[in-house]
Amino acid sequence: MSIYYIYQDHNRCIGCYACEIHCKTKNELPVGPRLCRIIETEIKLIGGLPRQRFVFMPCFHCEDPWCVKACPTGAMQKRSKDGIVFVEHSLCVGCKSCITACPWGVPQWNPEIGKIVKCDYCKDRIDRGLEPACVTKCTTKALRFISASEASRLKRESFVKETYASLY
Amino acid sequence: MNRSLYSVCGMCSVRCPIRVEVTDERINWIEGNPNVPGIEHSLCARGSSGISLLYDFERLQYPMIRIGPRGSGQFKRASWEEAFKYVAEAIGNIQSQYGKKSIALVDRGAGLFGEIQRVFLRSIGSPNYFSHDDFCRKNVDLAYQTLLGYGRPEVGYDFSNTKHMVFYGRNALESLGVREANNIIKALSNGARLTYLDVRVSKTATKATKFLQIRPGTDYAFNLALIHVILRENLFDREFVERFITGLPELENFIKPYTPDWAEKETGIPSYEIVELAKQLSADKPKVILYPGWFAARTMNYFYNARSIIILNALLGSIEQKGGLILAKTPKEVGAKGLNSLLERVPAPQEKRIEAEEGKGFLYDGAGHILHLFRAIKTGQPYPIKGLFVMRYDPFAGITHKDIQELLNGLDLLVAIDTNYSSTAWYADVVLPESTYLERDDMIGMQRGAKPTLIMRRKAINPLYDTKGKWEIFTGLAKACGFGDYMPYESIEDIWNYQLEGTGIKIEEFEKTGQVALCKDPLMYSRDDLRFKTKSQKIEILSEKMVEREVPYFLEFQSPPKPDIEKGEFKLVFGRIAVHTHVQTHNNKYLNEIIPENDLWINDQVAKQLGIKDGDIIEISSDDYSAKIRAKVTPFIHPETVFMYRGFENEVPFKTRSVGKGVNEGRFLKGAFEKMAYGSHTGVLFENFIKVRKA
Ligand code: SF4
Ligand code: SF4
Ligand code: SF4
Repeated sequence: MSIYYIYQDHNRCIGCYACEIHCKTKNELPVGPRLCRIIETEIKLIGGLPRQRFVFMPCFHCEDPWCVKACPTGAMQKRSKDGIVFVEHSLCVGCKSCITACPWGVPQWNPEIGKIVKCDYCKDRIDRGLEPACVTKCTTKALRFISASEASRLKRESFVKETYASLY
Repeated sequence: MNRSLYSVCGMCSVRCPIRVEVTDERINWIEGNPNVPGIEHSLCARGSSGISLLYDFERLQYPMIRIGPRGSGQFKRASWEEAFKYVAEAIGNIQSQYGKKSIALVDRGAGLFGEIQRVFLRSIGSPNYFSHDDFCRKNVDLAYQTLLGYGRPEVGYDFSNTKHMVFYGRNALESLGVREANNIIKALSNGARLTYLDVRVSKTATKATKFLQIRPGTDYAFNLALIHVILRENLFDREFVERFITGLPELENFIKPYTPDWAEKETGIPSYEIVELAKQLSADKPKVILYPGWFAARTMNYFYNARSIIILNALLGSIEQKGGLILAKTPKEVGAKGLNSLLERVPAPQEKRIEAEEGKGFLYDGAGHILHLFRAIKTGQPYPIKGLFVMRYDPFAGITHKDIQELLNGLDLLVAIDTNYSSTAWYADVVLPESTYLERDDMIGMQRGAKPTLIMRRKAINPLYDTKGKWEIFTGLAKACGFGDYMPYESIEDIWNYQLEGTGIKIEEFEKTGQVALCKDPLMYSRDDLRFKTKSQKIEILSEKMVEREVPYFLEFQSPPKPDIEKGEFKLVFGRIAVHTHVQTHNNKYLNEIIPENDLWINDQVAKQLGIKDGDIIEISSDDYSAKIRAKVTPFIHPETVFMYRGFENEVPFKTRSVGKGVNEGRFLKGAFEKMAYGSHTGVLFENFIKVRKA
């Protein structure tokens, strides 16, 4: 896992899909590949109230990435300084092994260049001291770019808040 | 070469402040203006997709003059000079035959930068300016005018500090403005309540602290009962009411029969919920916002419904109140000089606008009533309208084919001005392509509020095609018509300098953050200093304006007719989705990729009876139109209603990504454009029934 994590605050997310467009414009992608996705869950009644989640799915930047192992040319790489998983386009031959290998279908086919594209946490922005496009411009600031350890802290806190709220 | 500049988004009418980055004359980054609270880099999907609009081939690229029959899409490319000359001659012919007033202009509402088209219309001597607001917020606007003397754009909502918001189908998280959505989310995370009424579970409903599913067309009944309880149980803000409201005894008398038990039968909402809400609001007052919303062209009674919502705010003392409704201050009130108006350079037209010739019994303001305009075009009464300018608005995308035909029959000249290749442009005689908001400068706008602030849109790059900014189009037209003296502007700086003259503000000052505030701190009045802009300076339930126009103060509630759902008849309701703006963005390659077409929400129990399963292709029809659409079967919609996201099924073949995709709700509105709401004469778009059956 990279040292970074994109944390999604479900109480803030309104399912507006802006993050997907922020990503596509930043990466100048054609129609087809979507480096992150918002996946909507079905509406459910919870405690008598209608609730729905809009789950943000970028790349997880695994510690031991399936896609890197599956790549025969070494195009799919993990950056040593921070663990970001990215494709080196000069080496990608478009064999799509990574698409098969990744359990979440994260690597995407770019028909315009005949190569794989994938979320790289906007590493060029990170290297300039900025945050990823999807995080920076998220409509309601539902996404946060944080360290992996902070992510577990936030998750644990929000779990208690949401699960135990009804008891108090 | 890199540069960065501040400007204003143009992907929807909210017009969020933005920052744009240009690298080697190519725009590669747009974000929300980081200096503006509530925005801070944020942008919605449409805002970000401005880049794909800009670099899209499938938009208007040069002026065009029609050569084939109307609606054939046969145009020839024209130079600007040629197009201006053509239009000027047509105007000359029409005006010499039918008078100056026979030319009308309709836009989406003046907004921040909309004065320039009105200056042009005035230059050619016509009083007939219209906005599309009759299909949007006009009921709210007129309701505010009658009660407070302020218009809708002069009332802001302090969501971020509120304790309780009540929304009536105001789907604020999908029909989206960035700042408003952030303020609402902020309020919720601070523990505010959101009571949300709608016929279906929208995304806003999924964030509500209370969701009340209401029978379509009965919001007004709900509000009457709410007023009833608040008055009966003394739940109102007595001090505010005694100081500021006139007509309370009459209101008390009128409201007597509208008990919560009565409302339960109309709305389907249990009476205890209404009583409970009244008590909660009273406990949360004055930091409450009952939000009359934007889109209010719903039912015949919606002007009176909007009044009932504003009256509720007044009873709860939430007006000119932190966490409530906040009135806009004029530049003068905050001790500044405001912008000079370009309109003032042109003499007011001598002739009277359509409404002034149509007797009394309805209210109107300077933006007229579009249904009166349509009627005048069709019938020639009270006088003929023969030339129509349609500015960044697409009426033909939202009405029936029969209505389009009747309008075309009545017109000698139809000019469409837009960035988008709209349906109206497809039928027009002359199409004048406006540069996108990223390629054009606009006149300086004033954002109204407790802290009036000037904001500037400037072009980030030069136009990619043979298009022009709005100010160039209208000054060009005025010149071609022989009225160039009224619009003597050679450059946008001429306009900006004229607007700023005497304010002490220089053009360069906008470079720092894109905005210039007219005062340091927001100005709010204490109750001792508060005066309303009505004649009595109070909140007039017995409105002077209504007396003058012979419009009754109160309207009895009439139960809306029930559709025969067993026979597959439903009330059609439609609304917005967060990735699209009205009918304008469905062809944008990125937005289209996410939501290319709509489906039809239908209640699961009813669907079962009709043999319709989730995902089935079904047929929907009105008396004169039918189409096929996918069913979305869900328990989360009222059984009497079907719902679709609006604006799909574009009919312009040039827009290949969206042509024929999904279904257009407007084509099913047979007869809707003859119906005018009580008191306000606005559109009534949620009273149509359609039939649904298995295809
Ligand atoms: S932009 Fe933000 S609020 Fe919108 S869907 Fe993405 S994460 Fe959610
Ligand atoms: S981090 Fe960058 S590449 Fe990854 S989903 Fe967000 S915007 Fe796209
Ligand atoms: S809400 Fe979105 S489209 Fe509308 S002005 Fe703001 S950023 Fe632009």
